[in-house]
Amino acid sequence: MNSLTSLLGWVDERFPLTKLWKEHLSEYYAPKNFNFWYFFGSLALLALVIQIVSGIFLAMNYKPDAGLAFYSVEYIMRDVEWGWLIRYIHSTGASMFFLVIYLHMFRGLIYGSYRKPRELVWIFGMLIYLALMAESFMGYLLPWGQLSYWGAQVIVNLFSAIPFIGPDLSLWIRGDYVISDATLNRFFAFHVVAVPLVLIGLVVAHIIALHEVGSNNPDGIEIKKHKDPKTGLPLDGIPFHPYYTVKDIVGVIVFLMVFSAILFFKPDMGGYFLEYANFVPADTMKTPEHIGALWYFNPFYAILRATPPMFGSPLPGVIAMGAAVMVFFFLPWLDRGAVKSIRYRGTIYKVAVWLFVVSFISLGFLGAQVPTPLYTVLSQIFGVIYFAFFLLMPWYTKIDKCKPVPERVTG
Amino acid sequence: MSQNEVDRSKRRFLIAATTAVGGVAAVATVIPFVASMLPSQRAKAGGAPLEVDISKIEPGMILNVEWRGKPVWIVNRTKDMLDLMAKHDDKLVDPKSEMMQQPEYAKNATRSIKPEFLVAVGVCTHLGCSPTFRKEVGPADLGADWPGGFFCPCHGSKFDLAARVFQGVPAPTNLVIPPHKYLSDSRILIGDDSKGA
Amino acid sequence: MKKILFLVSLLASTMAFASSGLHLDTAPTNLSDQQSLQRGAKTFVNYCLSCHSAQAMRYNRLQDIGLTEEQIKDNLIFTDAKVGDTMTNNMSKKDAKAWFGAPPPDLSVIARFRGVDWLYTYLRGFYRDETTPNGWNNVAFDKVGMPHVLNELQGEQVLQVEKHGEHETQKLVLAKPGKMTPVEYDGMVADLVNYLDYMGEPAKTKRMTLGIYVLLFLAIFFVPAYYLKKEYWKDIH
Repeated sequence: MNSLTSLLGWVDERFPLTKLWKEHLSEYYAPKNFNFWYFFGSLALLALVIQIVSGIFLAMNYKPDAGLAFYSVEYIMRDVEWGWLIRYIHSTGASMFFLVIYLHMFRGLIYGSYRKPRELVWIFGMLIYLALMAESFMGYLLPWGQLSYWGAQVIVNLFSAIPFIGPDLSLWIRGDYVISDATLNRFFAFHVVAVPLVLIGLVVAHIIALHEVGSNNPDGIEIKKHKDPKTGLPLDGIPFHPYYTVKDIVGVIVFLMVFSAILFFKPDMGGYFLEYANFVPADTMKTPEHIGALWYFNPFYAILRATPPMFGSPLPGVIAMGAAVMVFFFLPWLDRGAVKSIRYRGTIYKVAVWLFVVSFISLGFLGAQVPTPLYTVLSQIFGVIYFAFFLLMPWYTKIDKCKPVPERVTG
Repeated sequence: MSQNEVDRSKRRFLIAATTAVGGVAAVATVIPFVASMLPSQRAKAGGAPLEVDISKIEPGMILNVEWRGKPVWIVNRTKDMLDLMAKHDDKLVDPKSEMMQQPEYAKNATRSIKPEFLVAVGVCTHLGCSPTFRKEVGPADLGADWPGGFFCPCHGSKFDLAARVFQGVPAPTNLVIPPHKYLSDSRILIGDDSKGA
Repeated sequence: MKKILFLVSLLASTMAFASSGLHLDTAPTNLSDQQSLQRGAKTFVNYCLSCHSAQAMRYNRLQDIGLTEEQIKDNLIFTDAKVGDTMTNNMSKKDAKAWFGAPPPDLSVIARFRGVDWLYTYLRGFYRDETTPNGWNNVAFDKVGMPHVLNELQGEQVLQVEKHGEHETQKLVLAKPGKMTPVEYDGMVADLVNYLDYMGEPAKTKRMTLGIYVLLFLAIFFVPAYYLKKEYWKDIH
């Protein structure tokens, strides 16, 4: 034991190991009233680690070559020892990552975690989300199936709708006149090297910013307001370690149960996590009957499809889709409510959140369907509600009758 | 906080139990990832035993085949060759094949199952070059006492027709004899010496 | 809240009508039936593999379904392929295109794309149609390029269209019997589809078995972790 302590001392004189441990775990004081929704932050971190590790091992056997890519995935699924498991971990992990991120974002939304002083925590989080979308989009091309190919074709073509530079831009992204071997190779480089580096950097920034200002909680109360006069520690705070580490372990196990249930018994999730049409190698001459987006992009895809073109250009749809994502960045400044948490908000806000959730899920559903006139109209209605939630927020959060917020956290 | 009531031994037990089960989980997770780096089914198929027809090899000639990416020689040694080969044990490093460079059944004077057929991995035990087959006796460049054998062009290692290394050359050991067996008089299987089916 | 639920259910019910089209027969497949898989493998190498390939599938992988390497070599390999090779074939893409209009697709993962029910319906759904180039059509695949390879076994079917006022029903009728009775033929196709399903993901059975152990293990893991959390949180509550 003594030699261990002296080794630690030796390290601490050269690297702030103990200091980091204390700052971020054993003496990071988190509010004691975290509920169910607060599992998803650590789970998102776990999902990132799962994707990176499984991705590294996939990269050992995958071939980023248009002629070899499709069957190199099948090679992993059959010939590589345990390759099927690693591949399913990665494919299931991608969907689980988005699921966790959406729940994590929803938590931030209902408890006002984006509000002062946590604007940068939110912005870093949104940047992570954008990087994740890019990561997912480029990763989806790699299996080189029909949907990989045509999905990428459609999305990259959206860039050509941008006035003036559009056509050249999409040409530059592809490095060819259509999605091709060149595109596959560069997407591979971005997917396995560039974007993960950005992601890790952003996650570190997200956590540093969070630990600087401290965590929000379901009551939306700043625990730093009430400190023990003797110790200077927040009265409603508890050290993250051991209390939240032991709690998060339970969360991790439940998460892994859901993860394993999908991975081992329904890895394609009925065509949502692995799409059936993607089991056909990319055919540059034949478009599949129905090109859908991945389930986690469907709300935005529905908005894209439902926005009518202008002068024959799909530009309005592209703008609407982009705006649907980017509008989240402005949340800290759109919300003018007197309180942070939904618990102390008035009826108007609660209704608004419910409408938003319903429209988000419905858009997700509609994005997965073959478009019909009825669905387009429904998508338009839900799309309007979606944007109204954000754009009318400065108004309705201001007139909303909030309840008094308690001084100290509850429950 | 009720620090006084903390049951330390219960906590210690629960920490130990959780760590133990978690440790099993960690090891169980690591196994597939480590195992995925073993040779795949494709690599194994590529390294599968190789069946060779040896009936076409004329006496005194060599057949070069590829097994697991390496050259394997099959030499049909003549009576003269075998006689000459037995006369220079004193010039060899390991004339009795004491070092484990061959399966048990090839640990004999001819380093082979059947005296006339040599099966050897054609990779020099020095730095991995492939020696050339020099069957002629006493050529100008190798000296009048050359009994026929293999000469490595990289660093001049010399081996006789039983793939045994001569003294005074860089290569430390005899060439490797791969596991092999006779399926019939005319067919051998390189890479598998198991008995039965 | 209730209104929202109502709205959502309304939405869901309108959408349920969206998908329609071909009625598929349920394929009676069972991946744990090794006899069926072996029969299917035999049909596959005999009838499918001459035109189609399965380039992701190695012959020796068939040890999964209870065959030895010797049995595979002796009964299932008709080319000069080694037992560790994949199921390729020698038909050139160019010839194939000339003969069938399109190269026959690789069948390694066909079951994952089409699903077993579609395959089961398709392989039993060929009928004579003089209007098509090869004289065959299919209820599951209109104007299919592949001729009815199993014709000698199934015989020849024709499509009978009956009109009931507005509605039209289509029925396949056996016009010329083949070597097999319809029941035998359906059984053989079921075995073949079973095999194709296995070949689409050879690790499937292992995956499910392992999944049970993983979930059981996590359930055990949950117990100490849960009590550990509870023990520590006594400090807080």
